[in-house]
Amino acid sequence: MSSAKKEFIAEAEDLLEESGRLILEIQDTFQAGLNPDTINALFRALHTLKGLSGLFGHQGMADLSHALESLLDEMRLGKVDISDDVVKFLFNNIDILRAIIEGLNQDKEQDVSGPLKNIEAFRNSLKGTAKGPELKGLIDESMLMVLSEYEEHRLKANIHEGRGVYLAKAIFSLSDFDKALEELTRLIKSKGELISTLPTSSNVPPDSIGFNLMFGSADPIEKLKTETGLDIDNLITPKATEPVPQPQKAQGGSDLQRDAATLKSATTTVRVDIEKLDRILNTIGELTLAKGAVKRIGEELIELYGHSPLVIDVHKISQTLEKRLAELQGQVLEIRMVPIGQIFSRLAQVIRKYSREIGKKIELVMYGEDTEIDKYIAEEVIDPLMHLVRNAIDHGIEPAEERKRKGKKDFGTITLKASQRGNHVIIEVKDDGGGIDIQRVREKAVERGLLAGEAELEEKEIIDFIFTPGFSTKEVVSEVSGRGVGMDVVKEKLAAIGGFAEIDTEKNLGTTMNLTIPITLAIVKALLIRVSNTKFAIPLTSISETVVMTRSDLQTVEGREVYNLRGEMLPMTNIGKVFAFGESEAEKFFAVVVGVGNRKHGLIVDELFGQHEIVIKSLGEYFAGLRGFAGAAEIGKHEVILVIDVDALIEESVIKQKVKGGAPNV
Amino acid sequence: MKSILIVEDSATTRSLIRAVIEELGDFNIVEAPTGFDALKLLPSQEFDLVLTDINMPDINGLELINFVKGNPSYKHIPLIIVTTERSEEDKKRGMALGATAYVTKPFKAPEIQGLIRKILNI
Repeated sequence: MSSAKKEFIAEAEDLLEESGRLILEIQDTFQAGLNPDTINALFRALHTLKGLSGLFGHQGMADLSHALESLLDEMRLGKVDISDDVVKFLFNNIDILRAIIEGLNQDKEQDVSGPLKNIEAFRNSLKGTAKGPELKGLIDESMLMVLSEYEEHRLKANIHEGRGVYLAKAIFSLSDFDKALEELTRLIKSKGELISTLPTSSNVPPDSIGFNLMFGSADPIEKLKTETGLDIDNLITPKATEPVPQPQKAQGGSDLQRDAATLKSATTTVRVDIEKLDRILNTIGELTLAKGAVKRIGEELIELYGHSPLVIDVHKISQTLEKRLAELQGQVLEIRMVPIGQIFSRLAQVIRKYSREIGKKIELVMYGEDTEIDKYIAEEVIDPLMHLVRNAIDHGIEPAEERKRKGKKDFGTITLKASQRGNHVIIEVKDDGGGIDIQRVREKAVERGLLAGEAELEEKEIIDFIFTPGFSTKEVVSEVSGRGVGMDVVKEKLAAIGGFAEIDTEKNLGTTMNLTIPITLAIVKALLIRVSNTKFAIPLTSISETVVMTRSDLQTVEGREVYNLRGEMLPMTNIGKVFAFGESEAEKFFAVVVGVGNRKHGLIVDELFGQHEIVIKSLGEYFAGLRGFAGAAEIGKHEVILVIDVDALIEESVIKQKVKGGAPNV
Repeated sequence: MKSILIVEDSATTRSLIRAVIEELGDFNIVEAPTGFDALKLLPSQEFDLVLTDINMPDINGLELINFVKGNPSYKHIPLIIVTTERSEEDKKRGMALGATAYVTKPFKAPEIQGLIRKILNI
């Protein structure tokens, strides 16, 4: 795919994501009083999408976004009343646009004549649904003449909501009126909504300019006069004595205009393909190697010439280099970070839309949206999360009737919570549904021959069966609209980014899925080890400790080698054996304890070399099927070593022990 | 040489209009990216024609037309509204406020050129 096309798709996806978020906001607020900014922003997002699509020659998308833009324009101008139907219609069309982009990804252009006709018909069906107050007689005709259609709508909306309408007058010097006017507008916006700014030259001294600012506010005129010190005329007195909710950000009136200004100036952000950042990280990785060489030379020089001034200089430079490189690395990693709220809001859309489709009322609670995570990981984690959320809606949350019977609130609650723990982010997906039927999972496991009928297992171990490929009970696996994937895929996807899931479930109280995922993949600290004659790296994020041991420390239980680590039986894997290097005869060796929580495992290695920062590079297509390795890394002096994928390696070793004999696919 | 003021917040549209006018002959073309800029530029020199958008930051085109037509020093200046197809109502109001003509975006070069020729008598 060309980079221009990629960029187009990325930008279009962003715009649709933004649109989805805005429609959600409209859905949530239209009954209580919608902030005009929201519709304007949605209007602009579709407008931009239209321009973008036209520019890239995707006429179907351009036409469709144009038609939606027209609908939005009518909503913006108050010609159409917003209802649940309108919101639903917008959601559906965003989905259609999404599908078109999906198609572009696979080089398919789609026929949009159907959706276009639908929009046309929908717009026709809405015509004349909205009625506003009649303005004639309320406000002087000459004033109404200069209002644009949008401003007139905002004026009507303000009257309709019972606010007062006022006219503030000010005269400024012609040479620098913009600054003074800017301050004045800010002041007015803090009191209500600016509707129109009318310049005038009548009754104004030469070299000056006058402005009449029409604004809506719930405050009475006396209060406004004392608080602003402005010359204010009353056009319409506010109706309500109770405070009327103001638009959220207290701006409006000329917000289309203001936003147009923002469009130009607020773009201090740059869109960068994550691949480019990867390349920078690679370069940093290579610079780190060069830095290592400078350091080494410095040390050699000390040995040769002692601490001469020149040698000390080299030393200092190498230290500065080290510090700055670390800073640079940190900064690039920071650029890659995005708040997890981005993902949550995408999930929120799915939850709302989906729960509406299947008719379950669900309340969504989110915590820790500011928690930051690498963009790449964020993208990789969204599918597993989506799956868990759908599962929760489908099978976790009970139908309202059943909930009432159980004495629960009739609507379900799904909680998304993110928090940082060291180098990991924990994402919690919690529902207050019926919980996983452990007995049913057990039966199913026995049915499928995964478990002996009489085997005694702890609940946690039983639940783990749902991560087995092809394992499905109606209670745990969703097959929604043909999109269903098993929990094994969730596990696999998480494992690919070095994460894992833990399930906590309680009958009738609900299920909590805890996903532990690393914050970043780009640069990792790794422990360098030697097995037989080969060096490997093990990411520190997977290591909990290292232990020196002797052969006699190893015990065999049910055919597996285990080690008694402070009373805990740690299953051991001999890397040499797995990779068929042959077993080392050494009496003393090391165990690298890997895994977190209850998934600990020991790896037997011959030597530890200490920590190293590495940039993990893919092994490329040629070795794509190779299991047990996360990639390769360069560690100086042009030495390339393989990085062990701990989870996969352990699985590989377990399989090998079961199958007996024959090296795994290495 | 005749002077023409283009009031338009989109830089692309501005340069498009400029190119169309330049094709027509030699003019002193002045661009105002906002209504405020237009207010400041108006007293700086004599303009023979103003082309204005309607939806812009700070003041809108209708307010600008009203200002021009309400000021004895400027009221003789003809105005052309250049705005989108959706702003039917806005165009009507602009004409009622004293604009001479309007052009709908996306416009065709001969359309604007024909209007300018007619209005400026060239």
